[in-house]
Order: sequence, then C-alpha cells, then structure tokens
Amino acid sequence: MKRLSLIAGIAVLSAGIASAEDVMPAKVMFDDGAINASLTGMTGNPEEGAKIFMNRKLGNCLACHMNADMEEQPFHGEVGPALDGVGDRWSEAELRGIVSNSKEMFPDTIMPSFYRDTGFTRSLEKFEGKSILSAQQVEDVVAYLLTLKES
Amino acid sequence: MRTLLASVGIAALALSGAASAGEDAVLSVDGEVFVTEAAAPDHLENVDTIYSGWVFRTDETQELQLDDFDNPSFIFLDQALDTWETVDGSEGKSCASCHDDVEDFAGLKSTLPRVENGELVTLTNLVNECRTERMGAEAWKYSGADMSAMTALIAHQSRGMAMSVAIDGDAAPFFEKGKELYYTRVGQLDMACANCHEDNYGNMIRADHLSQGQTNGFPLYRLKNAKINTTHGRFKGCMSNIRATPFKEGSPEFKALELYVASRGNGLSVETPAVRN
Ligand code: HEC
Ligand code: HEC
Repeated sequence: MKRLSLIAGIAVLSAGIASAEDVMPAKVMFDDGAINASLTGMTGNPEEGAKIFMNRKLGNCLACHMNADMEEQPFHGEVGPALDGVGDRWSEAELRGIVSNSKEMFPDTIMPSFYRDTGFTRSLEKFEGKSILSAQQVEDVVAYLLTLKES
Repeated sequence: MRTLLASVGIAALALSGAASAGEDAVLSVDGEVFVTEAAAPDHLENVDTIYSGWVFRTDETQELQLDDFDNPSFIFLDQALDTWETVDGSEGKSCASCHDDVEDFAGLKSTLPRVENGELVTLTNLVNECRTERMGAEAWKYSGADMSAMTALIAHQSRGMAMSVAIDGDAAPFFEKGKELYYTRVGQLDMACANCHEDNYGNMIRADHLSQGQTNGFPLYRLKNAKINTTHGRFKGCMSNIRATPFKEGSPEFKALELYVASRGNGLSVETPAVRN
C-alpha cells in the first residue's frame, strides 16, 4: 500500500497535475492582464518550460511563434509574433498573465488560454473542466520565456 | 539556386507549355485554366480576395493536381463509375438505370448545398435519397468510402465551373446559421474557423500553410490518409484539432456550415477531385 501510493505520487508529479498549494484557475487574480504571484508559490524550471513550449500536446507554442532559441526544431509558426527577446519586453508577472489567459492582455486574440478550465463551448469530453497546462507547467514556461533575452 | 530553379521553370513553360507549380503558379489541367484567385463575393465582409486551397500547397502537392494521371483521386472515381452501373437494392436498379450519363450532373456541385422544400440538401443527401427511395437500397454512411467516391465522381462533372451557391431567399436562414458557426469560438483552444482561415490564411501554423479553408476542391484526395475526404470530414478534423466536440457528419449544423463556407468561395472554380496534403 505504501509502495503503491509512492508510485502514484511520482506519476502525479511527472504529469504535472495540480497540487493542493496551486492557485486554481478560477482563483487567479489578474492585474491589467498580469498575474503577480506564482501559481505554485515557486519559481518554474526553464528546461522543463522549453520542452512544454515545443511539445505539440502541451504548449505547442512553436505552432504559432517563431523562436530563434529553438532553431534546431523544424516548423516554427507565424500566427503570433516571434518570441525572441520576449523576456526583456515583458515582466514575469505579465508573461504569467499572457500564458495563463492571453485574452486578459489581448482581448480578441487567437492565442489559447493555457490556464483556464471553464467558459469553453463544446470542449471535447476528455478536456472538459481541465486547463491545457497545469500551474507547474505555466510556471515552467514563464521561467523559460524569461531566458529569451535580446541579442 | 533559387534563381536557377526559377529560370528552369520558365524555360520549361516557354518551350513546352508544361505545367509548373509554385506560389504564382497557374492551375491548369489538359489546357483548361482554373480560377484559383478571385474578387471576394459581395457578402464577404473581411476578405477582398478569395483563393483556392491549391494556392497554399507545396509545389509537389500542387503538381499532383495538374495531370489526371498523377492525381491519385482517379482510382476512386473509377471505382465509383463501376458502382454507378452496379444494381443494388430491392428495385433491381443501379444509378445508370435512371440517369443516362454521369456527365448530366455538370453544374450540381457548384450550386450545392441548396434548399428543397424548406430543407437544406447536400450532394450526399441527394445520393442517399436515390438509394433509399428509388433503389430500395440502404443509405450509405455519410463519409463512407462508397459515398465519398460517388460524390467525388458526381462533383467532378462540375470541374472548371464557378462555385455559385444561393444564399438568399429560403437559403438565407441556413446561410445565417452557418455564418454564426463560422465565427463562434469552440473547444478548449477556443478558436473559430475565422481565426485560422480568415485572419491567418497565408501564415504557417507549425508545419501547415493555412489556406482560406475553401470547399471548391471537395471531395478531395489527401496524402495524409490516402483516400477521398469529404467536406464534413474535414470540418470534423478541424474541430477536433481545436479540442472541440465536432458536430455529426450530415448534421444540420455541418450542412449550414457547408453552405456558408461554400458561399465564401463563390467565384472559384470547382476542382474536384483536388489533391491536398
Ligand atoms: C494559436 C496561436 C498561438 C499559440 C498556440 C500561442 N500563441 Fe502566443 N500569441 C499569439 C498571438 C496572435 C499573439 C499576439 C497577441 C495578439 O493576438 O494581438 C501572441 C502573443 C504572445 C506573447 C506576447 C509577445 C509579444 O512580443 O508581445 C507571448 C509572450 C506569447 N504569446 C507566448 C506564448 C506561449 C508561451 C505559448 C504556449 C504556451 C503561446 N504563446 C501559444 C498566438 C499564439
Ligand atoms: C487551428 C486552426 C484551424 C481552425 C480553427 C480551423 N481550421 Fe480548417 N484547416 C486548418 C489547417 C491547418 C488546414 C490544412 C491547411 C489548409 O488548407 O489551410 C485546414 C483545412 C481546412 C479545409 C480544407 C481546405 C482545402 O482546400 O483543402 C477546410 C474546408 C477547412 N479547414 C474548414 C474549416 C472550418 C469550417 C473550420 C471551423 C469549424 C475550421 N476549418 C477551423 C486549420 C484550422
């Protein structure tokens, strides 16, 4: 029993599923499109963030954004602006807001809201009531974006 | 290297009039030139020029449509031609028992869907009506292999004709409903058809070059699944990609959307059977 729960605990961690300390999507406070406090209470991991950024099933940010830092990856999209230097253009709080719910910053944007779990129409059942990314994953992506500096 | 390729292309054109693909390429098959770019129909509010999806494909994919011998669709059209003459159902009839020649259907695809007795009907509906009411045969599955091939064969008879679906009169409520669906954001990714096909055509979305999502080439062959794909099948795919629960193929929603999307392409040539990736 002990072993079982340990294994389950590891699975939960690696899938990045919500932990009790996370600010749940409905409780997130926006301040002019920005979110001031970390969603997990901790700083994210930029290396994990880079993986989430390119993963087609997670952030898939590369689908819409060019990113010179990922030159080795094929197929950068052109739907959104290139993200080179984005860590200089926006603060951590603003980046957290943009990734969590870009519509707070850019009202009619095509960019999906990655940390929102309600208010969708006809969501596929398996995504019903879920956000695209977990709080941890959002923090990881934000940490990665902050590494994208001019020059 | 680029210029070299370009001049080779021009030389080939000049010498033999051979087809050559590319961004400004002309779609012509057997000397027949297709309209792949046209002034937007008056009812379109946010777009000035309409383009066929062919324009956005790679040279290699474009080329497959320039010669019917290279176009993989025709295997399926040949199969449909066999089905055309095959008796099925309790009445002992085939399509050929009632229709002289499939060529008589020229002009059908370019004007469908249309309203009949207050109902919006698609080509698929018309084929199934013949099967169930006149042949005493089972209806085919909306996007099944038989139906996809048969509707492609029939739509092919309109190849080269301009899309011109009616949107006024009794079609107006269906047009309005389709339009609303086109602009409604759905799914966990929260996007509408317009976000990709109106606001972003011409842009790359990962490995895909976004087109205007026109339907003038349907039913069409896709390299991705090596079969004939229907309009409703494509709508379903786009909705699943944005993590939305698709409407059912043949549903009132998809039929209205089909009418609306088709009307956005009024003026483009029917290309059926087109080739896409
Ligand atoms: C479907 C397209 C799409 C996807 C997917 C997408 N974005 Fe965006 N993003 C946009 C667009 C478009 C904008 C510009 C804002 C607007 O709509 O005016 C934008 C803006 C931004 C900005 C502000 C950039 C600037 O220079 O001002 C950041 C940062 C950003 N996105 C990060 C991300 C991250 C990180 C992800 C993935 C977790 C992501 N985006 C996924 C389309 C997308
Ligand atoms: C996330 C972006 C996106 C959204 C939203 C989207 N599509 Fe698409 N669609 C694509 C891509 C990518 C393709 C393949 C490349 C192309 O032709 O644009 C495609 C292809 C198509 C095609 C085939 C065009 C051709 O010439 O082969 C049609 C028709 C179409 N879409 C209709 C729709 C409709 C209707 C909706 C709304 C229900 C929709 N799409 C929503 C991305 C999208």
